[in-house]
Amino acid sequence: MGSREIHLRVNGGERRVVIEDQTLLIELVRSLGLVGTKLSCDSQVCGACTVLLDGRPVSSCTTLAIEADDKPVVTIEGLADGAKLHPLQEAFIERFAFQCGYCTPGMIVSAKALLDAYPEPDVATVRHWMDGNICRCTGYQTIVEAVLDAAEQMRGAP
Amino acid sequence: MLRRFDVHRVTSIAEAVDARQRFGEDAAIYAGGTELLLAMKMGVARWPHLIDVKAIPALGRITATNDALRIGATATHWDIERNALVGGALPALARLEANVANVRVRAAGTLAGNLAFGEPHADPPSMLIALGARVVLEGKSGTRSVAVHEFITGMYQTALAGDEIIVAIDIPLPAKDVRVAYVKFQILERPSVGVAALGTVRDGRFVGAPTVVVGAVDEVARAVPTAQFAGADARDARTLDAIAEAARAAVEPTADLAGSVEFKRHLVGVFTQRVCATLAAQAS
Repeated sequence: MGSREIHLRVNGGERRVVIEDQTLLIELVRSLGLVGTKLSCDSQVCGACTVLLDGRPVSSCTTLAIEADDKPVVTIEGLADGAKLHPLQEAFIERFAFQCGYCTPGMIVSAKALLDAYPEPDVATVRHWMDGNICRCTGYQTIVEAVLDAAEQMRGAP
Repeated sequence: MLRRFDVHRVTSIAEAVDARQRFGEDAAIYAGGTELLLAMKMGVARWPHLIDVKAIPALGRITATNDALRIGATATHWDIERNALVGGALPALARLEANVANVRVRAAGTLAGNLAFGEPHADPPSMLIALGARVVLEGKSGTRSVAVHEFITGMYQTALAGDEIIVAIDIPLPAKDVRVAYVKFQILERPSVGVAALGTVRDGRFVGAPTVVVGAVDEVARAVPTAQFAGADARDARTLDAIAEAARAAVEPTADLAGSVEFKRHLVGVFTQRVCATLAAQAS
């Protein structure tokens, strides 16, 4: 008790790590150098720390790392294919859907979960899903447009 | 950053009950963690032991009979909003669940945990109370079931005994012609006010009295006395005004970041009118 070894499966890679029970998932992923995941509100409100755990978006600031034992974790670093950005990342750049960029990794990971669940979302679905991700720079219009663009792009891709 | 604690993973209800007895006040039940870990991070609660109940297979199930839904204690809001049995039998609950907090909280947080925390600013209690739902508890001396309005006894207080865990939420299904509705007003992460209503409207009139329960403004959800509206004209603005007035009188709002006592009482009236109008509109 107190600490345990878990089988970590982050962004397709596998390793075993020993963690204490109270370790938070955000602490674990950032300690691995995956610092794209950001801590902001620390209370599940803002979405900056969003990662996918077993396909579901979760606040890594309020998720125990032991929950990731033997379950796939996807962070923002897991989206690009080498130098080739994910369509969501391309769309965020194209639509200029960020300014300071602090919320962007969480936005994009949350949007990834959305498009996995709803490949053809309408505007209302995007707004509802993304309303738990807060941006204090841009306003949300370009973000919604970027998600819709990426959805279209991904449907068209072979 | 969290202070040190040990997580104990149990795989049966009996094991969970044993752990509850063994650790007593030093342990909390842990499932989604969306309320518990927040409280621990803020330092308002500290437990050296967490009893993780997510690996108890029976607790994850959602089942239905002809006249009731049973939601297992570790079913998340995400599970419930997508569940075909819930969507088919009680779509109003599926909609409510689809609008709890945000998608990340829904993905991890459980309905049972929501009730267990007794957080006053919550969506589910008002509708569950209106439906006559019960919390199924299991402890050393066996199983018992407690009506939701008796389970939540105050702000962050429940009737859960020291050796008990929540096993499921039992929700009676309303008769076919009964409409169920929930409306809320929300500016922050939790509802400022949420009003649930149940009723049958035939030829524009309530058949019997509608059930109206106001949540999130008060220390606990409050049922509105509505007996006088049995048979009332559901499309008459005067009826809706009178129900709204009864609702305003039934609550004792708590002033907080979501608003003052006066503002919340005003909201209660407005949203009670809206939810009752929804019952009438659904029926037409």
